[in-house]
Amino acid sequence: MSQPAGTDNILELTNLSKRFGGLLAVDNVSLHIKRGEVFALIGPNGAGKTTLFNNVTGLFQPTSGSVVFDGRDITGSRPHTVARLGIARTFQNIRLFSYMSSLDNVRVGRHVRMHAKLWDSLLKLPAERREEDRVTEEAMDLLNFVGIAKQANHYARNLPYGQQRRLEIARALATDPKLLLLDEPAAGFTPQEKVELMRLVEKILDRGITVFLIEHDMKLVMGISQRIVVLDHGEKIAEGPPEEVRKDARVIEAYLGKSA
Amino acid sequence: MNEPATRRPAWLRRLSIRRIRDRDAVIYGVLLLLAIAFPSAVLYATGSSALISQAADAGTYVLLAIGLNVVVGFAGLLDLGYAAFFAIGAYTFALFSSSQLGSSPLHQSFHLPFWLMIFAALVAAAGAGALLGFPTLRLRGDYLAIVTLGFGEIVPQLSYNLPQWTNGINAIGSIDRPSLPAWITGPWAGANNIAIIQPDVCRQLTNSTKFAPCFSFGYDPIAFYVLIVITIIVAVILVGNLYRSRLGRAWMAIREDEVAAAAMGINTVTTKLLAFAIGASFSGFAGAYYGASFGLVSPDDFLFLVSITVLVMVVLGGMGNIPGVIVGALVIYFVLNSFLPALPPAVESLANTVGLGSLNNSNGNWPGLAQEIQRINFLVYGLILVLMMLLRPQGIFPSRVREQELKHVAVQDDEAAVEASHSS
Repeated sequence: MSQPAGTDNILELTNLSKRFGGLLAVDNVSLHIKRGEVFALIGPNGAGKTTLFNNVTGLFQPTSGSVVFDGRDITGSRPHTVARLGIARTFQNIRLFSYMSSLDNVRVGRHVRMHAKLWDSLLKLPAERREEDRVTEEAMDLLNFVGIAKQANHYARNLPYGQQRRLEIARALATDPKLLLLDEPAAGFTPQEKVELMRLVEKILDRGITVFLIEHDMKLVMGISQRIVVLDHGEKIAEGPPEEVRKDARVIEAYLGKSA
Repeated sequence: MNEPATRRPAWLRRLSIRRIRDRDAVIYGVLLLLAIAFPSAVLYATGSSALISQAADAGTYVLLAIGLNVVVGFAGLLDLGYAAFFAIGAYTFALFSSSQLGSSPLHQSFHLPFWLMIFAALVAAAGAGALLGFPTLRLRGDYLAIVTLGFGEIVPQLSYNLPQWTNGINAIGSIDRPSLPAWITGPWAGANNIAIIQPDVCRQLTNSTKFAPCFSFGYDPIAFYVLIVITIIVAVILVGNLYRSRLGRAWMAIREDEVAAAAMGINTVTTKLLAFAIGASFSGFAGAYYGASFGLVSPDDFLFLVSITVLVMVVLGGMGNIPGVIVGALVIYFVLNSFLPALPPAVESLANTVGLGSLNNSNGNWPGLAQEIQRINFLVYGLILVLMMLLRPQGIFPSRVREQELKHVAVQDDEAAVEASHSS
């Protein structure tokens, strides 16, 4: 399956490792994500999936290996730089700005695409006002896109769980990403909500955004992703289209144990 | 399912939401009216301008509280050394607008005009804020508080221990007063009619050895009062603008969740640095004003107690909410400078009227009631603070935190009403 690196790859990880003391959380993982696909990262708890996300988004510095995004080496870049270049993410345990309205949460996401400088804001210059109006409109559009426009003025912490997950996606989309990293977006969802999430992911793809997701729910993963990588104990144990991966002996072993 | 009869009527709900939303506007309006009416009212009622002078001093604290609110309330950075920037502003002004530097190793005194130096003080304090912030803002929470606490101790210690520059414990005195080419006076200031006046002589801008007719602020409390009120109005507008901007949202995002803020593309270090520098610049501005209005700058004016007092004003007023912080500053200033000093004689006369006058006499270990109250003054202050925090833990006028929660409840009510009408 592995292909030579080319410009149609939006993200390429090469021999990426992350060590915490004696623990090798991510062990020499290489993978590439093609533009416009849904790519899933699965694996048992503690396999290093979120650590891998954190290495890509700059929250952690990889111990070795490289991260190339859109033809550009971003290994060890600071999180805000990574966001500006076009990688947005959500968090496994929702990290919204609790005491800010839904609208403000999304407007914060827009921060990186805004231009107002300190003086523009201090003096509320006309250009800044126009930008604020425009951003408010864009933020409302995004809230509408994920289906929580009615909750625009609610505090993020007061939203029901499912809407908080949606708000986090809207906030990430506000940064105008080329690549969206979703960390277990369906955790704790009802089957109905999972179906809605799959529709939302399809709508995000239609916007030309590549989706890289971590998910436990095999049915959901099999349903929406083109390719899957399986991690176990930080190591890549399988890669390929869903139907191949689900038959892979090592994957079955990792999920169900050896005797099964 | 909600019983429609148990819910508040719709008009009442709407009214309460409206009331909360307009609350801040009402506070601003009342404060502005009070500020305008205050000098004439005081002159009319007491015939002396002592209270106006005190109000102008309170204004300094309002300005400090507005500045600290940016750091603590907006960006969520606990700054325990805020008085250091106040000191830096005051000393910047005092050094360059008095004869002090003439007796320093520099042997050259400067008399730069107040209107220039107040901005120099602002820049100096902001620079100091950035300088302190650069290595320390990577620290979080408690660690940052400890570092700022240390900085707040270092600055007064420096001014104590560099007497050749700061005159140490003896303070820098006879600082130049601000002046304007002319001033307008009228009935509000006790004059008979409105007139433009130039009663004094001041140094010229271009040549500090030449003098020209002008209006010197001197010890005129009304002039200082007008200056600080205008400064506060400008500060409120500027900080309000920041609050509702890209930068203000970035501050709040960092306050709420620094990791998520960084993942959304906010450069957390520079954004926090800006909060620190902007907060410090208000303090520097206030420091220059303070030096000019008292004509004396001493290291004793910038001790830890000042930092804590301003922090108390911010927290008690309603962290993050500008009108709340202003009211908090005024209330605490009043408690510290009017209520507590007035307490011993008040208790004494109360004892006399209720027939316990014998308590007022000192007897053995008993120092007399007034003296005893004097001794427990700060206990009373502490009790007042504890009581206020118990009664209003969110502050006197809290920020949108509470407002939003209330609004949320109201919206839920509305949604429940819609559901109820659908199902019935």
